[in-house]
Amino acid sequence: MAKKKCRATVLGQQKLAEGIYDLQLETDMVKEAKPGQFVMVFPENAANLLPRPISICEIIKEKNILRLVYRVAGKGTGEFSTLQTGDSVAIMGPLGNGYDLTKAEGKKVMLMGGGIGIPPMLELAKELGGSGILLGYRDANLFLKEDMEQYGDVYVATEDGSAGTKGNVCTIIEEKKLQPDMIMACGPMPMLRAIKHYAETTGIPAFISLEERMACGVGACLGCVCKTTKKDAHSHVNNARVCTDGPVFEAADVEI
Amino acid sequence: MNTKVTIAGVEFKNPVMTASGTFGSGMEYSEFVDLNKLGAVVTKGVANVPWAGNPTPRVAETYGGMLNAIGLQNPGIDVFIERDLAFLKDYDTNVIVNVCGKTVEDYLEVVDKLADTDVSMLEINVSCPNVKEGAIAFGQKADALYNITSEIKKHAKQPVIMKLSPNVTDITEMAKAAEAAGADALSMINTITGMKIDIHKRKFVLANKTGGMSGPAIKPVAVRMVYQTAQAVKIPIIGMGGISNAEDAIEFLMAGASGIAVGAMNFINPYATEEIVAGIEAYMKQYRVENITDLIGCVR
Repeated sequence: MAKKKCRATVLGQQKLAEGIYDLQLETDMVKEAKPGQFVMVFPENAANLLPRPISICEIIKEKNILRLVYRVAGKGTGEFSTLQTGDSVAIMGPLGNGYDLTKAEGKKVMLMGGGIGIPPMLELAKELGGSGILLGYRDANLFLKEDMEQYGDVYVATEDGSAGTKGNVCTIIEEKKLQPDMIMACGPMPMLRAIKHYAETTGIPAFISLEERMACGVGACLGCVCKTTKKDAHSHVNNARVCTDGPVFEAADVEI
Repeated sequence: MNTKVTIAGVEFKNPVMTASGTFGSGMEYSEFVDLNKLGAVVTKGVANVPWAGNPTPRVAETYGGMLNAIGLQNPGIDVFIERDLAFLKDYDTNVIVNVCGKTVEDYLEVVDKLADTDVSMLEINVSCPNVKEGAIAFGQKADALYNITSEIKKHAKQPVIMKLSPNVTDITEMAKAAEAAGADALSMINTITGMKIDIHKRKFVLANKTGGMSGPAIKPVAVRMVYQTAQAVKIPIIGMGGISNAEDAIEFLMAGASGIAVGAMNFINPYATEEIVAGIEAYMKQYRVENITDLIGCVR
């Protein structure tokens, strides 16, 4: 699997909700990309030196389209939100391990996305079907819900109760009495901690995608580590690299 | 056209190297760069035993640069020799191993274990600002630097490069102390200690509070220090600090560096090292420079 840095043409960009953008890029990187992987997107402004890791939302192989849905968090993503059709942007990827679909064979896999952890669930839903797609939002400003509905039963939770279940994705499991064989998830740390706890108490394996401040994205700088229960592959000090050993880990293997 | 340089008796096919800590042991970037085209691969710092490094966040962006406080996470010398050096054996490039430690004995253990390997040179890290013991404690006082340099020289089978910290009042004092103790070469500069505060969270951005600043924003400081040091010592200098392209690299050569290293820019442009090799050749062709050594220290 070859990683590369190249320029990609912007095919379009829409605002999906407040601060949430949907960027479609034309790139042959789609040939190699897998759900749960990410790409580095590079700001043009040299003052913003470092690339921004953004998860892959959808891989449209036949049309060479890579879809990135991201939240504007600062100057870099702010710059990306101004990209228009026909512009080009530098990207590097595909990066990270992604979700291991072979582990999902013959299993009822429940997908859980929270906030800006929702986008990577789309490609996963497309490839797995998904026995239950649980999406957690802050409020009724929902995004990607209709995209997900093409591939499975979607359940929504909002923190303020303005749409779906009041609470988070874990509240939905209890309320709907869902019984998956496996969980694949991405979202904010409190949600991932709750899923890790749920996996431990029920014995259901959970695969979670982590986020950490990165510099290189390829495993060289050791900036983006997370604590692991086993010795990590690189340094043997229980500090795995989120960018290359992850971003997807089995919940039982990480201390979060 | 001759791009070869010789540093402490070691010949390099060109002066372009990788700055320690930004390139792993070359494995991660071998997908982007032909390591055979580089003058040397300088590895991430390695200690006598594995180090876990600092808590996260370990990196932050700054205006035109970045801060890091990795804390020298490394697998220890045994795994390093078995895995990383074995990987690098297949490449036709010099290997320079960056050595770190908490005590003089730690450094010596690593130096001794590398004695029977075919690494080209040792780069002694006495300038990492992100670990509490060792490292920079040896690099900010001239007498401490003199002592550790002479101890390492007694043990080392390869030429010894002392990597200097810019976080001192007068870097030429440190350079002279290293030279007097027998150092074969110097590399400079390590990162500049910095800090960033998140005003929304009212917290330090890095878990370590402070970090080492690198990237294009520090380049003028590094060029100035290389120039001053080149005037003060006779041993060769490997220059680094914010080199982004061939123009930057040539600037360091003209300031007096015999070799140059690319650091943070590897993160932004993974092809940077190879592009700089090509860019230096293009410059030499344009200005009809026969020998790259004619550029070294040519601006006084």
